[in-house]
Amino acid sequence: MSERNLTRKPGEVETTGHEWDGIEELNNPLPRWWLWTFYATIFWGLIYTILFPAWPLISGATPGLLGFSTRARVATEIARVETANAPMRDRLVAADLGAIKDDPELLQFATSAGAAVFRTNCSQCHGSGAAGVQASGYPNLLDDDWIWGGTMEDIHTTIAHGIRNTTDDQARYSQMPAFGVDGLLEEPQIDAVVQHVLAISGQEHDAALAAEGATVFAENCAACHTEAGTGDRALGAPNLTDAIWLYGGTAADLTYTVTNSRFGVMPNWNTRLSEADIRAVALYVHGLGGGE
Amino acid sequence: MTSQDSPPEGLYAAREPVFPRRVKGNFRTLKWWIMAVTLGIYYVTPWLRWDRGPNLPDQAVLVDMAGRRFFFFMIEIWPHEFYFVAGLLIMAGLGLFLFTSALGRVWCGYACPQTVWTDLFILVERWIEGDRNARIRLHRQTWDMEKLRKRAVKWTVWFLIGLATGGAWIFYFTDAPTLLGQLLTFSAPPVAYITMFILTMTTFWFGGFAREQICIYACPWPRIQAAMLDEESITVAYRDWRGEPRGKLKHGEPLAEGQGDCIDCMACVNVCPMGIDIRNGQQLACITCALCIDACDDVMDKIGKPRGLIGYLALTDEALERAGNPPKSVWAHVFRVRTVLYTLLWATVGIALVVALFLRTEIDVNVTPVRNPTFVTLSDGSIRNAYDFRLLNKHGEDRDFHISASSDAAMRVSLEGTTELRVTVPANQTKTQRVYLTAEAGSPAASDERTDVTFWVEDRLSNERVSHRTIFNGLDREDPEKKDD
Repeated sequence: MSERNLTRKPGEVETTGHEWDGIEELNNPLPRWWLWTFYATIFWGLIYTILFPAWPLISGATPGLLGFSTRARVATEIARVETANAPMRDRLVAADLGAIKDDPELLQFATSAGAAVFRTNCSQCHGSGAAGVQASGYPNLLDDDWIWGGTMEDIHTTIAHGIRNTTDDQARYSQMPAFGVDGLLEEPQIDAVVQHVLAISGQEHDAALAAEGATVFAENCAACHTEAGTGDRALGAPNLTDAIWLYGGTAADLTYTVTNSRFGVMPNWNTRLSEADIRAVALYVHGLGGGE
Repeated sequence: MTSQDSPPEGLYAAREPVFPRRVKGNFRTLKWWIMAVTLGIYYVTPWLRWDRGPNLPDQAVLVDMAGRRFFFFMIEIWPHEFYFVAGLLIMAGLGLFLFTSALGRVWCGYACPQTVWTDLFILVERWIEGDRNARIRLHRQTWDMEKLRKRAVKWTVWFLIGLATGGAWIFYFTDAPTLLGQLLTFSAPPVAYITMFILTMTTFWFGGFAREQICIYACPWPRIQAAMLDEESITVAYRDWRGEPRGKLKHGEPLAEGQGDCIDCMACVNVCPMGIDIRNGQQLACITCALCIDACDDVMDKIGKPRGLIGYLALTDEALERAGNPPKSVWAHVFRVRTVLYTLLWATVGIALVVALFLRTEIDVNVTPVRNPTFVTLSDGSIRNAYDFRLLNKHGEDRDFHISASSDAAMRVSLEGTTELRVTVPANQTKTQRVYLTAEAGSPAASDERTDVTFWVEDRLSNERVSHRTIFNGLDREDPEKKDD
């Protein structure tokens, strides 16, 4: 765009030879700064491949002079976040379990942290939505039914020490006898007590058999599950009158449970998670809808 | 390659410097005014104050990145209302289409920041180094003290303009008086200095050195505009049927017989900031700044010829004038099906945005039903659904949000962590709250697969109410308990 063009008539500029509908494409030279910019990018590219990991080798790649590594960067970032979170974690450990909910800042921190801990450590059995696995012995943590108690303290103890494991002396422990397998009850007695349990939980049942089963229940089951069948949290004996069944509430499920017993195990997390993490996840579980 | 007589040129050519001459005229005056207004708006806007009450910034125009908020006088845009920005961009696009189809590259010639700042830089250049001829002389001069001094002064002033430009930009993103204080005491955040430096240098470079190269090589808009122009669009054109054959005018002699009005004085070329010759016809490099019109009119006045050898003209006018007919009026070019259509589209988007703006509420709610699991059976056999609420309080003070639900089926609302149906949402914040709906065992909502439900969130202080429709999941059809019914 210059005097060079001024000395010529239009059409005298070199064309590329391309023509569409009588319109020709002019072949004006590129500006020289453009060329230098192009060389500069090539030069920049070469420097970059020397400074940063770039050229692929048989295994891995050239490390680059600056020693840059995305993994190292992530490690630094994690360390930075952990340092930043340390005061909140200390506060969480120092706080009274019941009082955490009254501190909005701490509550927000602990709930977020607890959600992350849950997804990593608990979701394998309890599900990512904490709904457990229906009728398979993995408890639903969203409902209002707790075998070992649903206060912050109860949940904290359960997570820290686990249930029926052999690795923690303080693990919650209970064992229902295998009435059928161990020969404590005859098959008709089991059938009868199952009908009784169906009756007290408000399901369809055989009234005559159930009446017979009531005696069997009083003699064999009431010690733990109480006379009315409402269970005892201190013993880990489930409430048999509600609508929630850890191992299923049909006649077949109940017959299997009475015959063979059940023995669900949860690991103790006090050796795997820090106290702050345990408190955080306890708070998270407590806030899922069933906390007491 | 077509055959040609001239020797082949190189593939690359150095930039040929352009030394636009000073010009006076109507369009030049208009351009000065536009420059003053646009630069004024740009530099002054961040300093305008606007009282929004407590806890809110008092800067009239503020892009608050950290707070994720955009303030524009009485309007406040939250991130979820980003469609306003999208709408404004669509309007800007349609506006450019409209102006281009009617008035050609009027944006490039008058309002584009590249044009305005280049104009300002050329003005500074002229003040310090003199007009075209003096500048050409200086350009060819060896680097002596005079050249060194003039260049140093010029570059310093350019740099200061660049600094003011980059500086003004960052004021849009934080409180301007505070940031200015921080900048002067060197306590501003690094990103402020970095942004300022980059914009200072790009302004300095684009306005001082790259100039027309940006328009010709870097900007995509001329290419798009070339496709948007039609034969009715007004562009700057040379009336060659009147001007040709051109010839020099000897002092004191009349024009030679058969000679056109163009006296080949090169005034149009000398004033052109793009360094082109408009007499070659409309071309890609022409930004239609109309300075050549002013220059030529001035010459025509002096030689006693009618004005308008170079003027705003559409291709259809050109054909009319060649045939000896008068050109169409400007309004005939402006009011066409195409431009009216663009105007209607533009206005439709604009009206939609204004309506949306007035229908906005100061509170808002977004409800996400929890789908994992879809429902929970409680110990008494009732069915409970959970919903994650995201409550938004745009008021400058804390507000209590009352939550309720309406549905054909009976259900009970409850909130996680509280026995009340009320949540306090802090000023200018969003708060998440889990809300439960519980249907009694055996009730219609509990047994049906799904029930429609509407949540209501109410701010009783401002009497505002927003709703959100969602569904309640009951027992699945496959559920054995339901088969028993």
